[in-house]
Amino acid sequence: MKLGHIVGMAAVAALAVAPLAAQAQKRGGELRFAVSAEPPNYDCHANSSFAFIHPVRPHYNTLLKFDAAHYPKVKGDLAESWTISKDGLTYTFKLHKGVKFHDGSDFTSADVKASYERIYNPPQGVVSLRKGAYSDISSIETPDAHTVVFKLKAPNSAMLALFASPWDCIYSAEKLKQDPNFPQRNILGTGPFTFVEHAAGSHWVGKRFEGYFEKGKPYLDGFRAIFIRNTAARVNALQAGEVLAEFRGHSPADRDKLVESVGDKVNVHESPWACALVVTHNTEKKPFNDARVRRALSLAVDRWGGAQALSKIALVRHVGGVLRPGYDLAPSEQELVRYPGFGKDIEKARAEAKRLLKEAGVPNLKFKFTNRNVPMPYTPVGVFLIDQWRQIGVTAEHEQLETKLYQAALRSGNYEVGLDYNCDFMDEPNLQLQKYVSASKSTINYARYDDPKLDELFEKQVRAGTKEERIKYLRAFEQRVLEQAYTVPTIWWHRIVVTWKQLKGWHMSPSHYLNQDLTDVWLDQ
Amino acid sequence: MLRYTIHRLLLMIPTLAGVAVLVFIMLRMMPGDIVELRLLAEGGSVDPATIAAERARLGLDKSLWHQFWDWMGGLLTGDLGTSMWTGRPVVEEIASRLELSMQVAIMATVLATVLAIPLGTLAALYQNTWIDQIIRVFAIAGLAVPSFWLGMIFILVLLLSFNWIPPLTYTPIYVDPWQNLSQLIWPALAVGYRYSAVATRMTRSTVLEVLREDYIRTARAKGVWERLVVSRHAMRNAMLPVVTVIGLEFAFLIGGLVVTEQVFNLNGLGKLFVETVTRGDYTMVQALVMLIAGFFIFINFAVDLLYAALDPRIRYG
Repeated sequence: MKLGHIVGMAAVAALAVAPLAAQAQKRGGELRFAVSAEPPNYDCHANSSFAFIHPVRPHYNTLLKFDAAHYPKVKGDLAESWTISKDGLTYTFKLHKGVKFHDGSDFTSADVKASYERIYNPPQGVVSLRKGAYSDISSIETPDAHTVVFKLKAPNSAMLALFASPWDCIYSAEKLKQDPNFPQRNILGTGPFTFVEHAAGSHWVGKRFEGYFEKGKPYLDGFRAIFIRNTAARVNALQAGEVLAEFRGHSPADRDKLVESVGDKVNVHESPWACALVVTHNTEKKPFNDARVRRALSLAVDRWGGAQALSKIALVRHVGGVLRPGYDLAPSEQELVRYPGFGKDIEKARAEAKRLLKEAGVPNLKFKFTNRNVPMPYTPVGVFLIDQWRQIGVTAEHEQLETKLYQAALRSGNYEVGLDYNCDFMDEPNLQLQKYVSASKSTINYARYDDPKLDELFEKQVRAGTKEERIKYLRAFEQRVLEQAYTVPTIWWHRIVVTWKQLKGWHMSPSHYLNQDLTDVWLDQ
Repeated sequence: MLRYTIHRLLLMIPTLAGVAVLVFIMLRMMPGDIVELRLLAEGGSVDPATIAAERARLGLDKSLWHQFWDWMGGLLTGDLGTSMWTGRPVVEEIASRLELSMQVAIMATVLATVLAIPLGTLAALYQNTWIDQIIRVFAIAGLAVPSFWLGMIFILVLLLSFNWIPPLTYTPIYVDPWQNLSQLIWPALAVGYRYSAVATRMTRSTVLEVLREDYIRTARAKGVWERLVVSRHAMRNAMLPVVTVIGLEFAFLIGGLVVTEQVFNLNGLGKLFVETVTRGDYTMVQALVMLIAGFFIFINFAVDLLYAALDPRIRYG
């Protein structure tokens, strides 16, 4: 992050360009898309699944949002412009005027304040899953109805991107005052679509908000999210044109099936995905408390060969470390191959792995490998890893558990080696590296270790003043993670989304949580 | 008869109470935590205090005895509680799916009955002829082919031949009969075929047995038309076991079509059952089990009453 006086003109520039671009769009039509699961409640601050984002996000705005066509650039949503003080401790947002909630009430800076206070300091009885991410906020001021000022305790390199989180829906301060849990079962936003109906287990309907502050938008008359759990049923629905998209992602086989059957009618969007499967070792159980054993298991895995082979049958494709390959803070391939477990000479790596196991006294190691019973991509990656370990004389028994049991096993430490996942709404070390900091600081560190050196490096990269400085700390962090191998990344996911050609204005990104407000989406029919 | 009816109705109470206790115990024995599952659906960091607060809100921090008495107390007052996953009243969650499940069950039952009784009777009357052989092949195929597989075949044929699949969302029949039937006829056919196979074989076997009875021989000896022999003498006596089979299959259809519902994307009770068990949504699972148990008990009772209507020799009381 550059320190200094930064004026966010992205929103202003976008608005200036918009009228020209808008001439190509057509108004009208209802977008029907499939979602493979359903939100348990309606509160953005208390949810973490794409199953929530896809139907609910179109009803809300956030302060900033990601410019999906130019990811990871950020642009204004409710914020018209913003400035960041030189010391990185003050973020001042100027808000759009004339914004209304769906019930006709005015949106003001008080709503932003109330929403963010609910996130980082939730009242009793309110669930806020991301309060830790905003713990640097010390106060929020509202000098006038269209200005909101965030004061931080310390500079945070991720702060601007965090304000673009799709989970930071802005609620009505008035409604929150009456009932802090109002958003749990009520939808009242400023977003491009108003809430029409949620038929539990069946579908979700939204219709255009005629009072939306971006004139001429949204283009769609409405949308209908249809809940289709079964993968084959979803693919059939897409093939028949009953739905025009499923925004999470398809397997390569499903993509190929769709291309074969309706290839001339669909577009295939592909992108690296900000999700990875990671092998996590329970360091409280022998011999996984020994770094040699952990490193050996990592060295045995041919990530480069595996990525190539698995990409034909599974959602994985990219070899990367703790950060997504291709992200500008991630190491280059040249840097990556120097890390243990990421070299291209697999025979040499496996010889070293065998030596380490022998030295640790467990040359014919046997253990239970705990995995989730979700076919894509957990099962194929799990089978691949077991085979890789077999190459060094290690026998792993594949235990595939249904999600609830799998989570319980990892969280309670009732496992030996597990296949965990690390997914977030954007590429951001402050979020993605939570998996690797000490267990005393991170509730998603299932390897159950404390490593003060890693914590120190993490903190340093959070507070780094420049991008170069941040990269320096990130490389050191990654080196230590991969040497200690408490939790090691395997292969990063690859996102494939098939949409019917008449669906326009939607942009692919490495995150299935972004660009789902549908403001710019239109149907060419 | 009245005494019998009251007696049977009263017997339902201890049966349902036993089911309630059993389902409560079995659910609490299952590992896993619905709160962790809901809050950590796709990773992310949640502090233990938040999880503890949610568990307390759902009453999961109370002792098992306390939870049990809350559950039983709610049952007695007809309060089935709220879903631990969605927070919506259990009754609301079930009601929105019950209509669809009932309709599929009724359609499948009607189809099965309309097919099974005539076919089974014909097979019996023309035993060991080519008519009998064809009907038996039809019935055996119905037993061998899983209904969800047949459903998948229907979908594939429709998709590949007509580039069309049945509607994905439910429309009640009184709102748009065409939309409703175009969605539900296919699962009804898929399920009804298997159902009719069971009933066809049962009908054939009971009609054959009845046709060998002395009173049938007497009726024929008296010169009664064969059509009347079958319809007036044989059928009523043969129907008792068939009614049992049809009744039990109907009860099963109410919540048992898990895979078929997935194939057709039906928002029915079977799908709800699987989802709530997977999540560990105790209140929903308990309510669903009680509903299905209640259905089975009631259907059994209705079948017994139907016995009395079909066979005057059977009297209760």
